[in-house]
Amino acid sequence: MLQLNTPRKIYDVCIIGSGAGGGTAAKVLTEGGLNVVMLEAGPRLNPEKDFKEHVWPYELAHRGADVGGRARNEMNNEFMAPNGFWEIEGEPYTTAPGSTFRWFRSRIEGGRTNHWGRIALRFGPADFRARSTDGMGDDWPITYAELAPYYDKVESYIGVFGTKENVPNAPDGVFQPPPRPRCTETIIKKACDSLKITCIPSRLAILTQPLNGRPACHYCAQCGRGCISASNFSSSQVMIPPAQATGRLTMIANAMAREIVVGKTGKAEAVSYIDKTTRSESQVYARAFVVAASACESARLLLNSRSSSFSNGLANSSGAVGRYLTDSVGAGLAGYFPQLEKVPPHNHDGVGAMHMYMPWWRFGKKNAFLRGYHIEFGGGRDMPGVGGFDGVCAEHEGYGAALKQKCRSSYGNYIGFAGRGEMIPNEKSYCELDPSVVDRWGIPVLRFHWQWGENEIRMSKDMQETFHSIVEAAGGTVVDGARRGKHSAGISTGGEIIHELGTVRMGNDAKTSVLNSHCQAHEVRNLFVADAAPFVTNPDKNPTLTIMALSWRTSEYLLDQARKGEL
Amino acid sequence: MTANFVSRRNVLKSLSLGVAAGSVLRAVPLEAAAWIHGVIQAERADKAGGYAPKFFSPHQYATLQLLCETIFPADADSGGAIEAGAPEFIDLLTSENQEYQLKLGGGLTWLDSTCSVRYGNVFLQCTSLQQKEILDLIAYRRNGKNNKALRYGVEFFSLLRDLTSDGFFTSKIGIEYLGYQGNTFLLEFPGCPPVPGV
Repeated sequence: MLQLNTPRKIYDVCIIGSGAGGGTAAKVLTEGGLNVVMLEAGPRLNPEKDFKEHVWPYELAHRGADVGGRARNEMNNEFMAPNGFWEIEGEPYTTAPGSTFRWFRSRIEGGRTNHWGRIALRFGPADFRARSTDGMGDDWPITYAELAPYYDKVESYIGVFGTKENVPNAPDGVFQPPPRPRCTETIIKKACDSLKITCIPSRLAILTQPLNGRPACHYCAQCGRGCISASNFSSSQVMIPPAQATGRLTMIANAMAREIVVGKTGKAEAVSYIDKTTRSESQVYARAFVVAASACESARLLLNSRSSSFSNGLANSSGAVGRYLTDSVGAGLAGYFPQLEKVPPHNHDGVGAMHMYMPWWRFGKKNAFLRGYHIEFGGGRDMPGVGGFDGVCAEHEGYGAALKQKCRSSYGNYIGFAGRGEMIPNEKSYCELDPSVVDRWGIPVLRFHWQWGENEIRMSKDMQETFHSIVEAAGGTVVDGARRGKHSAGISTGGEIIHELGTVRMGNDAKTSVLNSHCQAHEVRNLFVADAAPFVTNPDKNPTLTIMALSWRTSEYLLDQARKGEL
Repeated sequence: MTANFVSRRNVLKSLSLGVAAGSVLRAVPLEAAAWIHGVIQAERADKAGGYAPKFFSPHQYATLQLLCETIFPADADSGGAIEAGAPEFIDLLTSENQEYQLKLGGGLTWLDSTCSVRYGNVFLQCTSLQQKEILDLIAYRRNGKNNKALRYGVEFFSLLRDLTSDGFFTSKIGIEYLGYQGNTFLLEFPGCPPVPGV
């Protein structure tokens, strides 16, 4: 136990993490009048210096492949906004024997919102009532109706395009107009219409109209590189600046939180963190704590905060911290579409992701599996990049003018499909502290246990069948992806979709959950969690929008508590 | 730059015309390779003081250049892999990657050894027909299935082809060749142009 004797500055709130959840909390709390200190495990972000928007590959010696070509075929290429890594030097994680899990972590102001796909989907009413709907998993302690006003607030503030469609369990939101479809989207939409698969304009946190001083998108398709004009949403450009403008946000960068320290009253009093620049330990004091370090990192921090009152980790008498870990079910497939050969060269860029998508279209029907998935798709005449012609080279082989021409004639005619489906929590998928491994900061690391359930395997098979039928209906041929991965259904590796969540979940029952319906710890009243760790389910909708809506709601509750003098 | 400078695209175009009609190979013989090398070096020297390979020996680098240009040659529509800077790109990546050093460095040596056994000369000094013969063997996976000894070459060529396509299609001329028209600032996205059947 640390000695906390010397009088020090005590902030109203300490937020750990500056991503979607932490950024939202910082904005709401500082604008509500509280003095906030924020710990970020990485450096500050400087968009003008750090973003490589509009750079051509030939302007970089490595052409985007990065040192030694390590970024070939990786999402994390040289052009990407500083966002994070699968492996971080000196900060390992481990997996239990027989388990495979990949953990993508950010160490930068804004976290993963600097690179995310900007897919901004509301969870639907049934997603909050999983057990009531099909008997599996658990219900959330809140309903869609309770969160809906916060979805409205988030969408109105960050800007999301989309269309009102009345798709069951895929609620409409506050939308700006969507961009026009690309050629690839036009032909897939037609095929989906013939198959009675719902295909509608996508819902992305990218401005098509100016908002709050942020200009509309200029359609360069480079959202993943970071947007210098802040026309897409990132916490670093849209949440942190207004918080700083209040003069009530203190940002401590390169601060790796190690432990939350509890005082004699049973309340959290301080966070001990490692200053990465000096490798020394410091403490920061506050009246309330908002943990938003990303689901597994938040679980790790609580598990590492052991004391005489909480021998099992802070607020973890239930043992639920680290449990209920899920990721999205992912599967992919690509097709070749010969009719695109006739399309003349044209500017196909658009926004930095798909203009159309397929929400779960068989909701409420009898299927071979529970829950559902949505489909994302992309391709066409994108900016050429490293690894982009490996497939054509492998298919046609040879060399010379014939191969060169083949590369040109097939360029832009591929469309890739990606399914994103709901995983039901199971007892074999969780994270815990590794009993013998610490990172370079001396902090015990996480060990992951992972196993997909039968429902997920059946779902990913269904995804593959659907992709095949769409490719066929659109007059294409399947080229890739059918048998990828170790599993027969080509299901993704756990963690790979980067939607890991559920590890510090909410609930009405303190025996099976860590947080109450306000994301406030059952056992520690001044401790809140504001990333995706509180989620009770992991529906087929990307988590980021819900992280922000939930964080906004939690922050307003915290403000209210502060006004009442409850802190 | 000298007054009678011949653009390398024209050089390559004229050289490739000399190759037998119908041949898949648009490779250039040794003298021509040396000449191209000289032209490229002169032009690069004009710009940036020349390129000194970071990993490959001068002989290996000359072989690499010829192979790259053979994989993606200049034609009527664009320059080839050398103009696109593919050899420099591959050399840079290889200098930083031990796996590439084994596969490409070892592969180039394998190619020379194999050519010495088969033809009595290293690859660069083989006739264009001999060069075509060995490349036609290692450019297709099926040949490695029939002849296990060729597998090293097939592996080598496959990686080299991927990296050459990276180098070519991420270059200015490669991007123009493909007709990519984006990376711009638009006030509105026009959507798909009208095309029958799309």
